[in-house]
Amino acid sequence: MSVDHRGHDHEHHRDQAQGHAHDPHPTREDDDVALSEGEAKFLALKSLLIEKGVLTADEIRRRQETNDRGTPHQGARMVAKAWVDPAFKARMLADGKAAAIELGIEVTEAELAVIENTPERHNLIVCTLCSCYPRSLLGEPPAWYVSKAYRSRAVREPRQVLREFGLSFPESVEVRVHDSNADLRYIVLPMRPVGTEELGEAELAALVSRDCLVGTALPGLLG
Amino acid sequence: MSGNAALRFAPGDRVRIIDLGKPGHVRTPTYAREKVGIIDRYCGEFENPEERAYGRVGRERIPLYRVRLMQCDLWPDYQGGSADTLVLEIYHHWLRPA
Repeated sequence: MSVDHRGHDHEHHRDQAQGHAHDPHPTREDDDVALSEGEAKFLALKSLLIEKGVLTADEIRRRQETNDRGTPHQGARMVAKAWVDPAFKARMLADGKAAAIELGIEVTEAELAVIENTPERHNLIVCTLCSCYPRSLLGEPPAWYVSKAYRSRAVREPRQVLREFGLSFPESVEVRVHDSNADLRYIVLPMRPVGTEELGEAELAALVSRDCLVGTALPGLLG
Repeated sequence: MSGNAALRFAPGDRVRIIDLGKPGHVRTPTYAREKVGIIDRYCGEFENPEERAYGRVGRERIPLYRVRLMQCDLWPDYQGGSADTLVLEIYHHWLRPA
């Protein structure tokens, strides 16, 4: 039996029994055999931390689980709540972290700043020095957010970057870039789209994509 | 902490972001050094990442500000509105009155 037959012997036996024998199709080798340098460092550090009693495997696992609970939906429902509840919006602009906790979101960031878009000002978030991102509210950042191209160009030529995302503003609208370079993490509070007066909170949240919360998109009616 | 309060900058103060030329884990981007802006707001006090990054945790907390700069002051050939701005976070010891 050649290596290519691993895993589906019985299917071929069944085929042959039914008179449909055919050439075995090739399978691809798994490509996760060798560790990358980063993975090897991570595993070495992890086993040292556990061995020395600094952390337990369960604590590391639980933190990973907490991290994975962050999704753009968390940020979207904060925005939708702010759109329908002016008092919540005021609290959210004053203290984004407290407002997120109020909605039951587990916040791992030291401080969350909420930056409001207005007819006069559009806001764009970047981290020029690394990949700081409000993970509790948006999950892991997309590849473009951590790319050197976005990180350098968002501060240098934000309007060109926004045009590449499909957003164009007249010069009368101020474009304000927020560099997330130290201790704060940021989300944008977009403006509520016109024509959504009849929508409830859940329907409004569905209009708010991840990119709206970074400032590279505007919420719109779906479909 | 309270000792720094008297020295703190206030929103609207004009400040220069200086270049300390310090190696290591510094959070002041090169593009903003030697530029003049306005204190947008005071963010509170945080442990200095220049210390924390090397395992020196639990030390003195230092004031952090958001500093607002005009894009046309940052980039002489900036393509965009003359009112466009950039705001970034700068620790107290990287700032001087301007």
